[in-house]
This record gives sequence, C-alpha cells and structure tokens, in this order.
Amino acid sequence: MELVQMQKSLQDYTKSLFLDGVLDSQFLQLQQLQDESNPDFVSQVVTLFFQDSDRILNDLSLSLDQQVVDFKKVDPHVHQLKGSSSSIGAQRVKNACVVFRNFCEQQNVEGCHRCLQQVKKEYYLVKNRLETLFKLEQQIVASGGMIPAMELGF
Amino acid sequence: MGVVTESQFHVLAVDDSLFDRKMIERLLQKSSCQVTTVDSGSKALELLGLRESNESDDPNATSTSPFVCNFAQEVEINLIITDYCMPGMTGYDLLKRVKESAAFRSIPVVIMSSENVPARISRCLEEGAEEFFLKPVKLADLTKLKPHMMKTKLKKESEKPAEEVKPEIEEEESPVIEILTLHQELESEQQEPMLSNNKRKAMEEAISTGRSRPKYNDITTSV
Repeated sequence: MELVQMQKSLQDYTKSLFLDGVLDSQFLQLQQLQDESNPDFVSQVVTLFFQDSDRILNDLSLSLDQQVVDFKKVDPHVHQLKGSSSSIGAQRVKNACVVFRNFCEQQNVEGCHRCLQQVKKEYYLVKNRLETLFKLEQQIVASGGMIPAMELGF
Repeated sequence: MGVVTESQFHVLAVDDSLFDRKMIERLLQKSSCQVTTVDSGSKALELLGLRESNESDDPNATSTSPFVCNFAQEVEINLIITDYCMPGMTGYDLLKRVKESAAFRSIPVVIMSSENVPARISRCLEEGAEEFFLKPVKLADLTKLKPHMMKTKLKKESEKPAEEVKPEIEEEESPVIEILTLHQELESEQQEPMLSNNKRKAMEEAISTGRSRPKYNDITTSV
C-alpha cells in the first residue's frame, strides 16, 4: 500500500473512532502532549491504561464473585477505571463506569454484574481499536512516513 | 527540543496513581516546567523536609535517601500540585500541612480531583489552595499556574510579601449594609443629606420591586 494511502486510512480510522463515540476530545489532548522529545507518549500512556485496566477488571470480577460483595472494595476500582478511561478519552468505557458506580451506591449486585459486562465489552472494543490504530501508525513510520496530524472538522 | 528558559519553574506533583503521575508529569513538561513526582503526601513532605507528626524525634532516624535529604536545600519548589483522593494522607491533608508550615506556606498548592464536589472544592480553596482542577487536567488548565508561580519567584527576589486581597466578600456585603442603614434611617425619619446616588438607587429598588425584603431588626417600611 502506498504511503499516502496508509496515511489516509489512518485518518479515516481515527475519525471513525470519534464519530462512534469510542474516543472523545481528551484523546486529542493526549496527542498534543506527544512531540519530538516524547514521540511515543500516546502509546506509552495507552499501554499503561491497558495494564491498569486489565488488573482492575480482574479484581472486579473476583470481588463481585464473592458470597458477600464488599462494595467498599468494588467502588474504588470502578472510580479508578472511570478516571483513567476519562484521561485517555475512552468515552464509552467512562460512561459505563458512571452507570456502574450508581449500582455500587445502591449496593445492587445484579446491576453491578451487568455493568461489569458492559464495561468489559466497551473496554475490549476500545482496546482493539487503539491497537489497530497503533499498528497503522507503525506501518506508516516503518515506510518512512510521518503520522498525519489529526484535523477534525466536526 | 523545547526552549529552556533560564529560571524554569519546578513543580512537585503528588498522585498515588502511576497513570496520573505520568499524565501530569507530561502536561507540566509540555508547559515548560521541571517536574518531580511522588506517590504520596508523606513522601512530598519528606522531600520538602517537613516531618510527619507521628515520626520519632530521633534526629538520627532517617528513612530517606541522601537525595531526599538534600532536595529541599537544592531545589526551589514553585508549586505543589496534588491529587485529592489518596490513601493515607489526602491532598487536603497535605495542603493543610504545607499551609501550617512557616517555611512552605507561601508555596502555591493546587488540588486535582476527578470528582466535582462543590463542598470539597470550597473547603480546599478556603484552606489556601490556589486552584482546583477537575481531572482530566488539560494543557489549558496549566496556563493558570504561571501567575501563581511567578508570585513566589518575585517574592523571593524582592523579599516583599505580595499579598492579594480579595475584595469580593466586601463588595457583596456593602449593598446589604447600605439597605439596612437606609431602612433604619427611614424608621427614625431622619433625612440623610449625605446619601449618595448609589444608596438612593438601592433604596428605591428595594422598595419598588415589591419582593419580600430581608427583615432586619423587624423593620417594616411603608412608602
């Protein structure tokens, strides 16, 4: 594939993530923080997010599977996940966490189980999409090209 | 390859989350600040050279490395930015400790939180926090920090206290007091020749709108 084509694909792909609401403008903030002195900032931070989230989702599954659910343990995990997903711009994950916290407050175990499933679904979606995005970027860089700056007109 | 200014600001960032530390560190670097990050309020106090109140008084007991011991002498901190929700010492606790210390109370402190709790925000501001940032913190938020950091630099250079008096509270109270004065004057049927146009206008507005007026000392006026 030609370089120009790859760059266009990347732009279209990124745009689709915003249009689908998978990412919000906070992701653009992240990109602003990347420059020549920190060329891998976005992927570093996103990788951290994946590592944190994998761990949190695991802990949440364990906590919710207990005979007696300790909501004092569950809520801080969801709070943290909400915070980091918000900082990344993973909008749908963040929104799912907001709903999750409401059910925690109500101490509704059923509701929390459903929320956890929803959070996982959204998380794996954004993880998948971002991994694809980074692959596209790597292909461009490997071909000697530059990552085009995001220009969103909407 | 950023521009290195001669006197760069140095910020101490406190957050228990590694992820958030990475974010705030990058944000501050991008704003041309030097950054030191720590993961707890107590570590922050250690770096500043302020001991915890429950530490032993043994001067030989050092749980700190030589780097930490010399930090306060060698590094001038221009701002502390801290997360609110942290285990052990919260950002609010850290703020209090800093403001209680004679050596460091002039360092501006900024609190960050992912939760928008008005009571929390006002409590922090009342305790002396300069700003309260909602997470996720944006680059644009950090531009608010420069004036606060400049103050400490100028202070140190000129050795004059640069205090900002906030007049908002006084301004809010004076119209109320004015109306009260006017009502009392009406009650006693005294003509006040010194009434300014503003006071007269305030009086007219208070009477003519017909809305329920706050009752001061059971004053009722009939016009």
